[in-house]
Amino acid sequence: MGNIDSCCPLPLHRIVDEYFAESRNKLLELAAFFDRLDRACDAADPDGEFRVVALKRAARVLLEPGPQRVKRMALMLSDPTEEPRGYLDRKAAWGAYSGNGEGV
Amino acid sequence: MDYIEPHAHMISRTMDDYQQMALTGCVALSEPAFWAGWDRQSADSFEDYFRQLTEFEPTRAAQFGIQHYTWLCLNPKEGENRDMARQVLARIPKFLERPNVLGIGEIGLNRNTLREMETLRDHIALAIEHRSMILIHTPHLEDKYKGTKLIIRTLQSFQNLDPKRVMIDHAEEHTIEMIRDNGFRCGLTLYPNTKVSLARAADIIEMHSAEGIYVNSACDWGFSVPVAIPQFIMEMRRRKHSEATIRKVVYENPIAFFSQVPNFNLARASESVPRNLKELVYVD
Repeated sequence: MGNIDSCCPLPLHRIVDEYFAESRNKLLELAAFFDRLDRACDAADPDGEFRVVALKRAARVLLEPGPQRVKRMALMLSDPTEEPRGYLDRKAAWGAYSGNGEGV
Repeated sequence: MDYIEPHAHMISRTMDDYQQMALTGCVALSEPAFWAGWDRQSADSFEDYFRQLTEFEPTRAAQFGIQHYTWLCLNPKEGENRDMARQVLARIPKFLERPNVLGIGEIGLNRNTLREMETLRDHIALAIEHRSMILIHTPHLEDKYKGTKLIIRTLQSFQNLDPKRVMIDHAEEHTIEMIRDNGFRCGLTLYPNTKVSLARAADIIEMHSAEGIYVNSACDWGFSVPVAIPQFIMEMRRRKHSEATIRKVVYENPIAFFSQVPNFNLARASESVPRNLKELVYVD
């Protein structure tokens, strides 16, 4: 049994009933994304893209024991540096850390 | 169930959205100042924007029996422009006394740059000078964790700042603990593709309790859902949470936070007669 102080009010079988189909769909969507990368018209290596590498690394957390898989994944995709960027590299975030707190 | 939408950029939305929000139980909302999707070229643009937030938008909302409140600032997306920030900040005080203004927001960081930090500090100083509450925007995606840490560090560098008067919004699983452990109020934003989903918001509340947390749609001109809060209510009911817990998150917690400002007065809504929009502008 998990931490009863932070439990979901539903029993396990009801959680599965409620959320299995949509979770299955999300997993297949992720697989389809990786397949699509392999079919890119320029035949570029997906692992040459830092966001794809970061996503694959984070995906491994799915099969690790809990708790707080979401938090661990989010931290793996985050900029771990402490100091502000010296300059604005771009307006929008990438979605994964580029390896350079000063921007790509 | 009645609810309060604490974060909605209604100037980007249509009357249909106001109608849907009213039909689903929205009784009041607050609209933080926002980025237009492109950088404005003049402080005069902000002056018009602040008039829109304090004059025009409350009238639109009142047509649907929704009370409209607002927060004023230069949004973090434009915080890099220090000259513009100084000009805009100089224009904010005259709007702070307007009856629907709750405080300074949404301020914070975008890409966590040095100039954005300077603009953030200027806004916090302005809020303290005018005893205003603060609504904080935390950055997106990979910038959120570092940005939230930098924002908290900056807020804490001001000795006269009461964290209970600061709402740090767009929290996620990896930032909520640092926000609450430091005494700040916490917002969860329900987005279809980023921030948190309905299910993750319910998970977070189960894991961290409903104390000091509210949820919002942050609906704007991008992919967002103006009726995300009633959808969240359905998600919580799907999990058999009590009506009391749900009401605390969607109604009582926003009231507790906003009520620190004398301008916030829900009772006033039933006393007011909605003005017709045509009093202000011709509408076909």
